Amino acid sequence: MYAMLWRHLPGPWPVRATLALVLALVAIALLFVWGFPVLAPLMPFNDGTVSQ
Amino acid sequence: MRALRAVVHGIGELFITLGVLLLLFVGWQLWWTDVVAGRAQEQTARELEQTWKPQAGGAAGAPVARAADPGKGATLAQIPMGRAFALIRVPRFGRDYVRPILQGTELSVLDEGVGHYDTSAGPGQVGNFAVAGHRVTYAKPFNQIAELRSGDAVVVETRTTYYVYRVVGHTIVTPDRVDVVAPVPERPGAVPTTAMMTMTACHPEFSARERYVVYSALSQTVPKTSGKVPAVLMAAAPSTPRS
Repeated sequence: MYAMLWRHLPGPWPVRATLALVLALVAIALLFVWGFPVLAPLMPFNDGTVSQ
Repeated sequence: MRALRAVVHGIGELFITLGVLLLLFVGWQLWWTDVVAGRAQEQTARELEQTWKPQAGGAAGAPVARAADPGKGATLAQIPMGRAFALIRVPRFGRDYVRPILQGTELSVLDEGVGHYDTSAGPGQVGNFAVAGHRVTYAKPFNQIAELRSGDAVVVETRTTYYVYRVVGHTIVTPDRVDVVAPVPERPGAVPTTAMMTMTACHPEFSARERYVVYSALSQTVPKTSGKVPAVLMAAAPSTPRS
């Protein structure tokens, strides 16, 4: 999967490495802003209320 | 043979990716939510103070209650969910500790500050002013709840009044024990004669197995028209004897 990604990135290796880093950072940013906030309410440790 | 190697390789990459994602999630939950929520809660508290000042300019940002003082009771039910209407200060949690109290105890509300059980009494009212807060994550307003000792001050500030509660005790209960937020704590159905306050947070930390509950009783009411600030807010944070 990652080898295929590497093969499809254009340019010499420094360019590829930079592109790969940018892709990784974009993926992390998307997770932080959108992915994880959706997941968090399903986690068991976030509820501090009493309810029935 | 070659195909098999590719499959094993793919599975290996998948597991590594999942591991990295899990670590990222833990980092986000334990660190990033504190950063973001801490900033937001500070801003909400500041804006609330702004709107309390006479002729306050219309500040942008998180919604805050501009209506009449919820502490007076009549308007408490009219505060929309998620709206900040009071500030909580706990000297035991640090001199600068101040967090907004918002209406409602939905998770989305608790991520933005301390949540008020919307059917419970208002600040200073006879009955039980019940609030919930995160003990971990989202700027963890009640992180140090287990350090509260009998006699510690919990100050709730509304537009017009400081209400000084004093801690009278704590208990640890299962999450279904709604009687801890009853008008008379632990006596559902009883008619209240005093103004109490209940704080709830998860217990143990990072678990939802139980709830840590702190009870306080109203000890002092200081109207802002008096121009005074409760003495407990002027003094240094109390030392922390562990008993």
